[in-house]
Amino acid sequence: MSAAVDAAQVRRLTQELLAAHPPATTDRADFLRARFDAGLAWVHYPVGLGGLDAPRSLQPVVDAELAAAAAPDNDPRRIGIGLGMAAPTILGYGTEEQKQRFLRPLWTGDEVWCQLFSEPGAGSDLAALGTRAVKDGDSWVVDGQKVWTSSAHVARWAILIARTDPDVPKHRGISYFICDMTDPGVEVRPLRQITGEAEFNEVFLTGVRIPDSRRLGPVGDGWKVAQTTLMNERVSIGGARIPREGGMIGTVTKTWRERPELRTHDLHQRLLTLWVEAEVARLTGERLRQQLVAGQPGPEGSGMKLAFARLNQEISGLEVELLGDEGLLYGDWTMRRPELVDFTGRDAGYRYLRSKGNSIEGGTSEVLLNIVAERVLGLPVEPRNDKDVAWKDLAR
Amino acid sequence: MTVQTEAAQAPDLLYTETEEDLRSAVRSLLADRADAPTVIAGIESDTPYDLRLWESLAAGIGAAGLLVPEKLGGQGATHREVAVVLEELGRSVAPAPYLTSAVVATEILLALGAGGGPAAGLLSELASGSKVAVLALPFSASPADAAAAMTGTLERTVSGVAEAAAADVLLVPTADGLYAVETGGDGVAVQPLVALDLTRPLATVTLDGASGTLLADAGPATEAVGRGLLAGAGLLASEQLGVAEWCLTETVRHTRERHQFNRPVGSFQSLKHRMAQLWLEVVSARAAARNAADALATGSPDTPLAVAVAQAYCSEAAVRAAEECVQLHGGIGMTWEHPAHLYLKRAKADSIAYGTAGRHREAVAALVELPAP
Repeated sequence: MSAAVDAAQVRRLTQELLAAHPPATTDRADFLRARFDAGLAWVHYPVGLGGLDAPRSLQPVVDAELAAAAAPDNDPRRIGIGLGMAAPTILGYGTEEQKQRFLRPLWTGDEVWCQLFSEPGAGSDLAALGTRAVKDGDSWVVDGQKVWTSSAHVARWAILIARTDPDVPKHRGISYFICDMTDPGVEVRPLRQITGEAEFNEVFLTGVRIPDSRRLGPVGDGWKVAQTTLMNERVSIGGARIPREGGMIGTVTKTWRERPELRTHDLHQRLLTLWVEAEVARLTGERLRQQLVAGQPGPEGSGMKLAFARLNQEISGLEVELLGDEGLLYGDWTMRRPELVDFTGRDAGYRYLRSKGNSIEGGTSEVLLNIVAERVLGLPVEPRNDKDVAWKDLAR
Repeated sequence: MTVQTEAAQAPDLLYTETEEDLRSAVRSLLADRADAPTVIAGIESDTPYDLRLWESLAAGIGAAGLLVPEKLGGQGATHREVAVVLEELGRSVAPAPYLTSAVVATEILLALGAGGGPAAGLLSELASGSKVAVLALPFSASPADAAAAMTGTLERTVSGVAEAAAADVLLVPTADGLYAVETGGDGVAVQPLVALDLTRPLATVTLDGASGTLLADAGPATEAVGRGLLAGAGLLASEQLGVAEWCLTETVRHTRERHQFNRPVGSFQSLKHRMAQLWLEVVSARAAARNAADALATGSPDTPLAVAVAQAYCSEAAVRAAEECVQLHGGIGMTWEHPAHLYLKRAKADSIAYGTAGRHREAVAALVELPAP
């Protein structure tokens, strides 16, 4: 395979795919499988694994051609964890068998993934996790509890980190596994949230047997593997272009324009300040995108999640106030199990409450500020007392 | 409905190689000639700016004529390059009448057509740096004030004119149009004021029996003055970015070195979070300032909004960065010999210059149709 895959070639392959599988008459799942097999799923992946060994920058060529032909996409929102976190980790650390087995149904959405990382006692301090995996013959026996697991109730597979050696410091005794969510001992319970619905789950693992062939990376090296997963989680922001007034600011400006009776001077001042901040955040994301395209990635990505979390929270809070009497109402408190977080299709009260999670999920704002301070600004790390102590001897 | 929710074209928010070369040249000049002790010594002398530094910047590097076409003796560059010069001038707070003369006055003269006549002649002199011209309006005048400024006669007193003390020529808006008045002529008095910002002198200009050259009639002059103030406001954002960047960099440097409680103070989370937050504001300010510079350079229809957004954001970002700089330096941040105060004074004065953040938010409200109650 020549390394010199170019835009023309990628465009030609995309046209061939469309000719052989016209989107209008092809079943959605069949189209996605054919696209994977043509190497047009993620062009920078290896040949045979949904890619062409091409530069990542050629993916937009494929996406544009397919969008123009109204071809189905693989709904990255629904398969976000698999796509953004499991896939790059499997690609980086998986055996050939693992790559062949998991990547195709992951990408096509035939199999949904979830992530068994956080625990009730190990959130921001993820490496303190206590879920145990003990070797028994060719298998590992896993016991413990995980939490904040989105999609666990629909997931076929999970990426899991568990403690395999309690006698070494916490970062060194962790291993990384692929867990079958249909195995005996895996129990998924809805975790009802502040919004009234259960988009997340608690997952209880009791004597779950995982074959050693489903370990990713060496025993005891799971923390390093998890870093790949977590880095990919944060990298995904900043890729897409947002239009002006895209995102949460768009809903509140629409209400402002359509309902003059709700306007007050105080809300006007706050709305304008947030409008400017949302526009500047949009421009900062655009600048980051341009840096990536130019091959000079900047550190701005580390800060974008912080900015969007705060903006979402402030804008949605303002929106509830703007609605006045209507802001006192709430759409629906019945227990539901959504598969997606949908800010735009919901009412202001939901947006306000759900946005509170934006500064907690995927790394709290406080942890991200530490990361910016230490890795971007080079400020000294805080002294730590847990680095050279065996996990079993740490205070809990 | 004409709500401007879609940018006309994608702005280029990066820096070109040429721009980075220009930055290096300006930065090393300022490092040589305008380090903090030099700037502090300069503000305690009676001169409004360092003439030798100005010659090197204006003529040596050719920075004064960046906006001016080559046939008029300039560099034929754009607002994007000017923005880079202003970032560096913000980082050094060197007194130099760049924003007022090489940007605002130059932009006004360019908008007048500069096809020939007195405006073209003056433009060439500004481009070479051999003359300095300033607009005879208070430094606080925003782009929205251009029409109101075209009033009265040459007989007048104008207070708070930035860098008037450095000017050879005043551009004076009147009901008849825009006049060029030589500061050395009869009937012109420039009385220095004691300014909050020590690095950008202000003065009261009194014209009493002064004579001037009419550059343009009221109609075109109004438009040109508006354009000058718009460019001034838009590019001031880059100066503010430079100020904020210096403040953050120095604060990080200081808190890494300064030890208390047997630790570098920069290792305390309460301080780290404040600096990380400032960093986020600085990178955001950069995107906003680049967007304004690019809009001005390309003549985008989005320019008024890009400028209003940049000013509304960057003014406050620079002030906050300077205030945090003073606080996180502890006691030394309150002293005269440490340069932090120069940046605080510049940042605060800049937040009023060419329209406050609040006035620019009002402009945003009008441009995107978010009306007041």
